[in-house]
Amino acid sequence: MLETHLADLLDGAPPAIGDALDLVNGFDDVLVHGFARLTEEHAGALAALADGMAGTPLGERVAEAVGKVAAGSIGDEHLAVLAGARTALMGALHDALLAGFDTALGRTRQSWGFDRPGSARLVPRNDPDQSPAPAGTGVEVGVGAAGPGVANLLAGCRSWLHELAIAGWRGVDHDIIAASSQLVEAMLAEPGLRRLAVLLDGLVAELRASSPIATMEHLPVRRWADLWTRALLLSQPGGLPVSTPVPVPKSTVDVRGAETLSGRLLILGVDVHEHGTAVQAQVHGILEPSGDQAPRLVRTSVGAAKVDTIVGPSVWRLLRGCPVLLGALAEHRALDLTDMPLLSSGDLVWRDDRASVGEPSDPFATARVLLAAALAPPVPPLDRHPVRIAEPVLLEGYAVTVHDGGSLTLGLGGHTVSVAVDRMPDCGPLTQELVAASSACLGLMRWDGGGWALSPLAVRATVKRKTVDTHSGDWALGPTDTKVVKAGAKHGDAVAVLRERAGRLLRR
Amino acid sequence: MDGTTGRADRAAWQQRSALRVVPAIQPRKLAKVPFVELADGRLQGVVSSGSDIERVYVSSISAGEHAYHCSTNNNRPCGGLRGSPCNHLHALADEAVLQYGADRVARYLRVDADGVTTGADLIGRLHGRHEATPAAVVFSRFLRHLAYLELPETTEPIPELHWFPATGAFR
Repeated sequence: MLETHLADLLDGAPPAIGDALDLVNGFDDVLVHGFARLTEEHAGALAALADGMAGTPLGERVAEAVGKVAAGSIGDEHLAVLAGARTALMGALHDALLAGFDTALGRTRQSWGFDRPGSARLVPRNDPDQSPAPAGTGVEVGVGAAGPGVANLLAGCRSWLHELAIAGWRGVDHDIIAASSQLVEAMLAEPGLRRLAVLLDGLVAELRASSPIATMEHLPVRRWADLWTRALLLSQPGGLPVSTPVPVPKSTVDVRGAETLSGRLLILGVDVHEHGTAVQAQVHGILEPSGDQAPRLVRTSVGAAKVDTIVGPSVWRLLRGCPVLLGALAEHRALDLTDMPLLSSGDLVWRDDRASVGEPSDPFATARVLLAAALAPPVPPLDRHPVRIAEPVLLEGYAVTVHDGGSLTLGLGGHTVSVAVDRMPDCGPLTQELVAASSACLGLMRWDGGGWALSPLAVRATVKRKTVDTHSGDWALGPTDTKVVKAGAKHGDAVAVLRERAGRLLRR
Repeated sequence: MDGTTGRADRAAWQQRSALRVVPAIQPRKLAKVPFVELADGRLQGVVSSGSDIERVYVSSISAGEHAYHCSTNNNRPCGGLRGSPCNHLHALADEAVLQYGADRVARYLRVDADGVTTGADLIGRLHGRHEATPAAVVFSRFLRHLAYLELPETTEPIPELHWFPATGAFR
């Protein structure tokens, strides 16, 4: 990312962001106090939301839902429509921000072909009239046969979210939190509901840790409204794509309809997502397909369930099914892929048995040579939310400023961008000191809380007069820093201890 | 989430999508006390028996009242409870302090947190008495906890996890 790119990105903020976010904030405030106790101000905020949606395909239904809700009749369908309106606003914001980014950097992005073969379609999984599309026409991952309990679980989920909305965050008490427990447990057991279960489990843990919320000083208002909204949409019939997680490393079920690609994957870095009971390593890279197709930006994700006492570098040990991928991360090597499924969202559905470790590969060199020309993937409509924007960039020749409290900004020409130091995971070796001492940074541009920030994936820094490259995935096969190894040895092997306990106690 | 941020910062924080709400917990040795939690109005957990690898003890201290109890998962009372908290309860308090920090545990139990740095400090400030509670609830929560590790890995992207960035390197 050059000086001019950064200037264009920061100067070119879409003008209507503030207006859209005002509508979102108004809705979010209603969720704080609960739909059961709408004040005039809240009713006004909802009316503004309806006005904002007028003229869109949702306009009429939003107006109707707002009318009903204001009159005290809060039906599931009304909440769903309001959640849809908020999602549409965030989606529009996402589109404007990503388009601004692409324009500033000159990044070419494939468009989302709603009809083209291979584009992901959302097939209602609970609609008996609609059988899954035949192989090759959609991206139904796996067999997609909805279990008999799925519809009930989704209904249970909607009703719990309804209860939350009625009570409002301030009214969430122990009983509401406890009521989610069985629901989440049952959803976790249902592979097709994993996304929703992981989301709800994360939200519930936050509500529990924040109790009593009634007296909590400040609420994460935007965040919780985001999570509530997303959960409500995913729990609608047809809200989740028909999907069955592909067990790793081998699967008898193929990824139906997904394009498969062969070629060389050059890793840029890994972004780690984590809450108490889930971890996901999302690898960003550039795929050079066999033949003479243009290089493409891709992501690939491997995830596992965990518990809160498994923290730091131990989380890598949960991703046992992908030794080839983790090895390439730790050793900075390219990967040779054969017939790897690729969703039209640019996500490779990783199959470790279809990859082999290739030549050494330097992510900084990959970024320098290929990033500018790589074709970026489109974003599936339902996933369009600013939080998903994570665009790989390489910054060089900047000046680092260390602020009070340890936060960092990078200055390039007359412009500065914040470093998302709070996003650096403790499962990897990156630290704010390394970023502060760096001359090059490979990272993801993200947008949150009203601005762009760079989330580092790798830095090139001068440490004791030597140039050292540090990558977030360096410890994928275990920590390489002796201090961290020693600290880990002191605490013992959390994963092994819990697996031993599970083996002894769980199957009695 | 600390109280030192100014009004402008707080407003910005409230408008963020991705942030850490649950305070970070510290790594600790799990062999002796594999499970500790602050939930259901109690500090509760599971302590492995020192003598029998097949046996575990379920120990708990209630918030506010400070009623404490310890028994095997089959509700057989712990022999160490003789008018004061047993070794299992001491171990539970020690590990809770390591995992959550003394402050957070003391606040949850509603113990004067001032000067509390160890599990022993915490136990010393309890004013409750022994009160039998069923072990089943805590034990089943522990089993559910363990069951997470039995769930299959997945390589399908979970876009929702973008709301949950891994953190912790910034101190």
